[in-house]
Amino acid sequence: MIARLGRGLIAPASAAVVALTVSSIALAISGNNPITAFVEMWKTIDSSESVVLIINRAVPYYVAGVAVAIGFRMNLFNIGANGQYTLAALLAASAGAAVSLPAPLHVAFILVIAVAVGSLWAAIAGILKVTRGVNEVISTIMLNYIATGITAFLVAEYLRNPDTILVAETRKLPESARLPSLNPLLELVGINIGGNAKLFGFLPFAIALGIGYHLLLNRSRFGYELRVSGSNPAAARAAGINPKAMVLKAIILSGAVAGLVGMSALLADPQFHKYGDQFPKTLGFTGIALALLGRNHPGGVAVAALVWATIERATQRLSPLGIPQEIGVILQGSFLLAAVVAYEVVRRRNAEATAREAARITASSPPPPSARTPEVTP
Amino acid sequence: MSPVRGTETTTAVAIELRDIVKRFPGVVANDGVNLTVHRGTIHAIVGENGAGKSTLMKTLYGAHRPDEGIVTVHDIARQFRSPKDAIAAGIGMVFQHFMLADNLSVWENIVLGQEPRLSWRLDQRRARSSIAELGERYGLAVDPDVLVGDLGVGDKQRVEILKVLYRGAEILILDEPTAVLVPHEVEELFRSLRELSAGGSTVIFISHKLDEVLRYADAITVIRAGRTVAEVADPTSVTAHELGELMVGSELPTPETALRLVDDHVRLEVRDLTVIGADSGRRALDAVSLRVHTGEIVGIAGVEGNGQTELIEAIMGLRPATGGVWLEGIDLTALTTLERRATGVGYIPEDRQRDGLVLEMPLWENAMLGHQGAPPFATGAWVDRLAARRRTDEIIADFDVRTPGPDVPAFTLSGGNQQKLIVGREMAAQPRVLVAANPTRGVDVGAQAVIWDILRAARDAGLATLLVSADLEELMGLSDRLLVMLRGAVVAEMDPRSITPGELGSTMTGATP
Repeated sequence: MIARLGRGLIAPASAAVVALTVSSIALAISGNNPITAFVEMWKTIDSSESVVLIINRAVPYYVAGVAVAIGFRMNLFNIGANGQYTLAALLAASAGAAVSLPAPLHVAFILVIAVAVGSLWAAIAGILKVTRGVNEVISTIMLNYIATGITAFLVAEYLRNPDTILVAETRKLPESARLPSLNPLLELVGINIGGNAKLFGFLPFAIALGIGYHLLLNRSRFGYELRVSGSNPAAARAAGINPKAMVLKAIILSGAVAGLVGMSALLADPQFHKYGDQFPKTLGFTGIALALLGRNHPGGVAVAALVWATIERATQRLSPLGIPQEIGVILQGSFLLAAVVAYEVVRRRNAEATAREAARITASSPPPPSARTPEVTP
Repeated sequence: MSPVRGTETTTAVAIELRDIVKRFPGVVANDGVNLTVHRGTIHAIVGENGAGKSTLMKTLYGAHRPDEGIVTVHDIARQFRSPKDAIAAGIGMVFQHFMLADNLSVWENIVLGQEPRLSWRLDQRRARSSIAELGERYGLAVDPDVLVGDLGVGDKQRVEILKVLYRGAEILILDEPTAVLVPHEVEELFRSLRELSAGGSTVIFISHKLDEVLRYADAITVIRAGRTVAEVADPTSVTAHELGELMVGSELPTPETALRLVDDHVRLEVRDLTVIGADSGRRALDAVSLRVHTGEIVGIAGVEGNGQTELIEAIMGLRPATGGVWLEGIDLTALTTLERRATGVGYIPEDRQRDGLVLEMPLWENAMLGHQGAPPFATGAWVDRLAARRRTDEIIADFDVRTPGPDVPAFTLSGGNQQKLIVGREMAAQPRVLVAANPTRGVDVGAQAVIWDILRAARDAGLATLLVSADLEELMGLSDRLLVMLRGAVVAEMDPRSITPGELGSTMTGATP
């Protein structure tokens, strides 16, 4: 078990080494001392305040990663998470601001709308694929542009907060629709965060999403059929799994989860509670990187999201020191590329090792005599 | 058993392998193999799956280097570092799985990588003429302008051979060339190979089919468990039975079954089943009606591509069809594939790796494939992992699947064990009707015997089996009744006990006997 875990860590560890080497070289070329830079980065993240900020940043990344991962398990490349979640966030934000409900219901109402909008927008790509054979990569990219246009138009013309003149944004959500910070809970268990950092209240939803994703994928019949369809469509068909229905379900599910990507910002980030210019709009692309990095595994994507957020947080204070902040992007990019290559190398090695091991065990146990000299009944 | 030896031949030696040893971690694949192939002969290498034939051929083709031993080609000791070296030494290999580009034409496939040039342009005329010349000389005529994707299996193989010849190979290695061919195609293939050997080329082929080895080979080398166990210089001195026993090191199974009476209770009824081909618009399956009774195996014979696949897929609900399918009076016509399986139709698909398994999934997840909605595998929407593993353990034990356990991925199993897992999976569900397509294709004789035993035992217990097979011996040995399909229709019903393979073959090809 430990050996297996160790083998699983070889790929990410070697990818980290490559990423650090590449970014060190980049730093050295740009005339900076890599050691100084990495020491500064460590200083930035070495505080409980930073940990909270990292988690806050990682949560929407994680949701986006899971959304993309669901598609990947079915061999679908959902590039459209951006369009799905921005449209979902806008409509959920304006609907949420328009009604008044008791707190838990209000939050649930907004979440339901977000999930519904995300699913429906993704369903367009799904229907195009199963009825007309349109590649989902193309259609989701196009739908991203369409969603960008629609959201800009809606927020400017119809869903705008009439009280703001200079910026086009929705009305702020009322108090009952806001998720409280988790700081009091942390204090209860004796953790006190310095500074003004607040742990956003969407974290439990993201954890629940991860558990739900794991159960659905690895424990349910639907998840089994999804994995079979993704791995071997011909065998899935022979086993009575309708490939078209599976494609449609997977795209819709991916879109439903994507609909939740903006919810941490909308419901739990005091800076927002509304949809506007500043609202993050490209988390879906990050989700693609994280699904790859986390190998579509619920835990793996979580680790990937934390690594991503950590790199971003760590490089935030480099600019004042004269060190280019873009080193963070170099770190992320080289890490992702090296990890994808390393996973494939390790996967092949493991497959060979498993095959050899199985052959060895099978060969060392003598076969039953009936198999060697089969009974012949003429 | 002592090796059988014939008289010394005096012809020059094309290939000599001495004491080849090839180890993989934990496994010795070749453990002292000797092989002598004379120039201008057709040489067969026989052995069970896993005996080390493929490893040996890879050594000869330069795909890997042997740990010990000497490779001599035309009296020169060689150390191939890659297939490129082997090709340069005049060795060409025709793989079992064709390596052709479907969307290129025949001549484009053949010259690919070695295109004749006219300054900077492709010299199409020269390419065509040299291909035509090769084809004519060796009886390997293929229309050079047809897309390879539109060719049948036999023609594709001809293209593969032409490809190798075009590269100047004098020694041809063919890996199970007849596995996918029907009788008359096999004859054509060996006629071409004979032309080649008469012209001074050397042909080495790997085969499971002992009768054709005896009929066509000039010499035979038998390999078992990584060693050469016999070198037969004169094939007329051995029988297929002796050869088979050398191969397995024990008694050989036969598919013969006793004459027996069949119940007249109809288990499976197919009426006027018609499938319109998606591309052609023609009737790929033309109003086929048949009945399979309790305790009966009905064999479907036919040259591949005459509607057998369509028949099976229509019965399983995998293909839109008109007409009806009944299981003991239950109308299956409107049911989905999964519902048909749950009603009691077991299904062994024709290509186990494509349709029967998910290779990277563990055995227990493969054991539920096609039964994922039914007990013991699922309770409601959830998979019962414990019960699924238990059932897999039972299948492994009852159907002799050689594996460390239910958690290893399916790709670790040999072909025979993969097939036993599939057969076991279907049998464990206790079907009332079994639709089996090529249940022993490409498996070793050991697994083949086990699978035949299983099918026979199930038939004796009352199972109604519809058996489609390209292996005439299997069809004639197992079936109680034979139906022959030609161009999508059933054209004849035959009694397997009163016909010869030759009669069956000519009915299959439409030549009236």
